Amino acid sequence: MITATQQLESYVESFDVFEKLAAGHALPWLRKLRQDAFARFCEVGFPTTHDEDWRFTNVSVIAQTPFQLARNGRARLSQKELEPYQVAGIASQLVFVNGRFVRELSLLGKLPDGVKVSSLAAEISSNPAAIEAHLGRYLDIRRDAFCALNTAFVEDGAYVHIRRGTLVEEPICLLFVSTGDDAPSMSHPRNLIVAEENSQASFVEDYVSLDGGGAAFCNTVTELVAGDHTVLSHYMIEREHKQAFNISTLRIQQGRSANVVSHSVLLGGALVRNNVHPVLAGEGGECLINGLFIGNGHQHLDNYMLVEHASPRCGSRQFYNGILDGHAHGVFHGRIIVHEDAQKTDAKQTNRNLLLSDDAQIDTKPQLEIYADDVKCTHGATIGQIEGDALFYLRSRGIDEVSARKLLLFGFASECLNRMKHGPVRRYVEGLINRCLHQMANSAPGASTENRREDTGRNWGEIE
Amino acid sequence: MSLLEIKNLHVSVDKHEILKGINLRVNAGEVHSIMGPNGSGKSTLAQVLARRETYNVTSGEVSYNGKDLLAMKPEEAACEGIFMAFQYPVEISGISNAYFLRSALNAIRKHRGLDEVDAMDFLPMFREKLTLLDMDEKLMNRSVNEGFSGGEKKRNEILQMAVLEPKLAILDETDSGLDIDALKIVAQGVDAMRNPERAIVVVTHYQRLLNYIVPDFVHVLVDGRIVRSGDPELARELEEKGYGGMEAEARHATPAQ
Repeated sequence: MITATQQLESYVESFDVFEKLAAGHALPWLRKLRQDAFARFCEVGFPTTHDEDWRFTNVSVIAQTPFQLARNGRARLSQKELEPYQVAGIASQLVFVNGRFVRELSLLGKLPDGVKVSSLAAEISSNPAAIEAHLGRYLDIRRDAFCALNTAFVEDGAYVHIRRGTLVEEPICLLFVSTGDDAPSMSHPRNLIVAEENSQASFVEDYVSLDGGGAAFCNTVTELVAGDHTVLSHYMIEREHKQAFNISTLRIQQGRSANVVSHSVLLGGALVRNNVHPVLAGEGGECLINGLFIGNGHQHLDNYMLVEHASPRCGSRQFYNGILDGHAHGVFHGRIIVHEDAQKTDAKQTNRNLLLSDDAQIDTKPQLEIYADDVKCTHGATIGQIEGDALFYLRSRGIDEVSARKLLLFGFASECLNRMKHGPVRRYVEGLINRCLHQMANSAPGASTENRREDTGRNWGEIE
Repeated sequence: MSLLEIKNLHVSVDKHEILKGINLRVNAGEVHSIMGPNGSGKSTLAQVLARRETYNVTSGEVSYNGKDLLAMKPEEAACEGIFMAFQYPVEISGISNAYFLRSALNAIRKHRGLDEVDAMDFLPMFREKLTLLDMDEKLMNRSVNEGFSGGEKKRNEILQMAVLEPKLAILDETDSGLDIDALKIVAQGVDAMRNPERAIVVVTHYQRLLNYIVPDFVHVLVDGRIVRSGDPELARELEEKGYGGMEAEARHATPAQ
């Protein structure tokens, strides 16, 4: 057991080395950004379950593991090893290994004029003014220690800039591979996406880990700037292995009449926390947050949303479906804040959950804070099991029990899938979900009772 | 050999005996109607034949096509050619009606050693059946029964029956809640499926449906026992006099054993 001071000491050492050598270390603004963020992190440390925003998620296991900054990626990672993670029908996929951009592994297809896709580290060196204008301007490091930690170690990740009026039909995919080290390793990827007025685009962040790697901690932040009248979609896919810790924050800044859709699909990882935080800063903005989380074993999947209505006549929708089996623990924390000026707000939140075993657990917490007086806000949550009537109905038509279960689970997951636009990303996600549910249906009661008694270890979120 | 032979069937739910010794023989090509008041055990009998596992068969035998039906799972019974049209069809969100029906058809075809049908060939195969049941093709792309009206749900059941072509079809109060126009459509759909290889068991409370699907035999189920069997004339008699008289008979009847 290491103490709180010891925990921070290893970060102090890492930071001292990092700060001297990181890209842009000579830029005063960046230096200050990193130092302030690190100071903030040292001041507050890792959150505990006494912190309301972390009530259901215990990150002690992260705090107590002496993570070291991942080295510059495994020496020879081949294109072949990445094949399973390629999205069919996609022209551009940027590959980041342990948080660092690797050009040789990336697929840089032709994108329309007006789109710039690059690595943040490269842009910090070559184009610092453009980065300075946005980096860290939206994320509030005081809200979340992990955001502070990410900002302290900010260096690489994706940088995407879309010029006003540009229509990008092809999704821009970002693949984050953690290779793992012998020692526990961490990375802090930081993405900055700036979409200027009246542009349209979609982005995919896909988090994977290679087999054989040890404990890895990925603490990622994306700042997405949606200019006036933009139409953007963002996909977050988490499917790292079962020794992975993943904390992610998507901070969306929406301009006037901007329409943003965020899809979060959490399938993998040991302890996962996904924060989605849009601020509807311009009048008439619309935001849809669509989530699906599927957990089994001892996975802990935490979905945290903070939707801030800061301007009048904005609409927001949150739909989260969760499927939990084994000892998995899911969390849905949906917070909506309607500021005083945000009249005519229309906000809706729905969380539906299926628990497939007695030991699976869900904590669902809607939280509405309304300071305006002319608004429409609703929320609702349901928790249930696979319905016996539905199962019998399918079986009575000749469909065997395992297939019937799979069909019902898939139907439940489809509610989220159906909110994604048709195209290569949806097909890709559908394939991932299918595979995941197939495994789950096969290990469901009645199918094979053996599988279900595997381990009785502790849940990741219960480690003190 | 009869297609279906039920001998002295006793069934309970939560230790409460619902069926108290049913005997019934149904041959291929025949249409039987089982009539009875609410709570007499009609639906229980239908569900047991479709192999719903929540019912506890305490004694008796059911042979179907020479096999022990009570040893079959619901999907096995379905693959062997048993179909029950549900009294309350279940809504399943996220699964399109077409996908569901094709999955069911392919499961049954696979069991019979036939090739699976792909999505392209599927719809054209039964377009005429949709027309016969006056169903909008758009319903096929909607989630199973979700947002369907009562009549649409019942027609959807008969459509499934038409596509899956069972040997033994059991209609569990398919007429309940239907207006006369919907009832006629459903009845025509069922009547069109009568053939010498297929048996149909129509479970109903009222005689009305039997004007359109004229049965060969009518059985009256009261308090878990078949108290009378006869021809369609029996149904008309019931319509006039109600079940009152027979309920009194049942109370005085000696137990089957």
